[in-house]
Amino acid sequence: MTRDDIRQVILDILERIAPDEDLSNITDDVPFREQLELDSMDFLDIVMELRKRYRVQIPEDDYEHLATMQGTVNYLEPKLKDVVK
Amino acid sequence: MSSALKDHDRVVITGVGLTSPNGNNLAEFRGALLEGRSGVVPFETRYMPPTLAGVCNFETSRYQKKKDLRRGTRAGSVAIYCANEAVKDAGFDWPAVRKDRVGVYVGITEHGNVETENEIYEISKFDYDTSVWSHHHNPRTVANNAAGEVTISLGITGPHLCLGAACAAGNAGFIQGVQMLRLDEVDLAIAGGVSESIHTFGIFASFHAQGALARHENPAKACRPFDLARNGIVVAEGGGLVTLERLPDALARGANIYGEIVGYAMNSDAGDFVLPDRNRQAECVKLALSRAGIGPEDVDIVSSHATATEQGDIEEAAALAEVFGDLPHVAINNTKSFIGHAMGAAGALELLGNLPSFRDGVAHATINLDDPDPRCRLPQVVANTPRRLERVRHILNNSFGMLGINSVVIVRRYPD
Repeated sequence: MTRDDIRQVILDILERIAPDEDLSNITDDVPFREQLELDSMDFLDIVMELRKRYRVQIPEDDYEHLATMQGTVNYLEPKLKDVVK
Repeated sequence: MSSALKDHDRVVITGVGLTSPNGNNLAEFRGALLEGRSGVVPFETRYMPPTLAGVCNFETSRYQKKKDLRRGTRAGSVAIYCANEAVKDAGFDWPAVRKDRVGVYVGITEHGNVETENEIYEISKFDYDTSVWSHHHNPRTVANNAAGEVTISLGITGPHLCLGAACAAGNAGFIQGVQMLRLDEVDLAIAGGVSESIHTFGIFASFHAQGALARHENPAKACRPFDLARNGIVVAEGGGLVTLERLPDALARGANIYGEIVGYAMNSDAGDFVLPDRNRQAECVKLALSRAGIGPEDVDIVSSHATATEQGDIEEAAALAEVFGDLPHVAINNTKSFIGHAMGAAGALELLGNLPSFRDGVAHATINLDDPDPRCRLPQVVANTPRRLERVRHILNNSFGMLGINSVVIVRRYPD
């Protein structure tokens, strides 16, 4: 998957997890939590969705990389590079 | 009980919120009960052949955001809808209400089966890899879930709990609310019962295994309490919650009063896991009457529990015959014939659908009673069409459940 593909996957997941939010204006270098009503259970949902969809295991110590869209895409790029969209 | 009560201990119903398979507020529900309109429809659930159920269609988004719905449970959603509707109906200036003096008491038959079945189904798609088991499982399945979701929805900081009482749970919720008001633990109780049971295949499969799951080519005719052609239970979902207040508080704010809870009782069969016991049921009814300071002759409407199982109907009919004999003025009716068995909500809905009788003077019917079982000899049953009564002063509501749990609530017209 390309960086754009991964970004779209994250948007799809966010749409499911935060269905009341407007995701059209997400700024990639600003933390999600400053733009959306997300709590720790929601972040676990993101991790769970990635696990279910792509078998990506994300250790708790790495959660800090998922704070922003940019950080999430950076973190996932090597893990999903061989995944066909 | 009530005649000797100080005003502080007199508890009245001031708001009603409900969802039933045939109505999403009291006016709709009452209309359906008087018009003979069923809420039973064809229903499909995981693993099972097509079956029947009482399905609610209340507007889930009225009091919840999409995210709340995703995170919470169906039981929580039913309870939130009913609680908010009751509070609105009661006419509170909600921001001004002391939230630490509000208690939430929600009767449930069971809870967590829906979520557990869903999670097991989900991990089955991942070769039973438990690492995809949801972190939402525990908050969704704790036994206080439905009541807890209500406190979050309404900002209530007083006590909350769910009362596990099988199919006696709706009455158990009311009773707990009355007790907590009398103990001065709270100033307002949101009380009653809910059920999301149609969303678990297990309840259908278990009743089927027991030979107690109703079937009929016409869904509306499937639930047939006291009828010879009955063949079991129709599982339903639903909820009924009320606001309970002490009489002086209700009067001081000029509240509309639906009725006063003047008597109640709960007891246990101490016998079988599933088979009911007419003797304990009769004792429970008598205890409630005694606490209300009235006799059988003072009761005008008996809302029966009968679920359309052979032994259940026969045992309750015997218990009622022992207490009420041939008293001609008593009207005995049954709500399950319209909506099926709403489990934790059953006792609540069955009482609430009868409350308007205090004003319209009519007892709704028991439908589908085409060929009365002679073993359920109850000459007072209101068969198939509503009955106008000379007076409606007391409604007695039966609700019984598995493991031999019995409950009775008596409501008096207000003002009397």
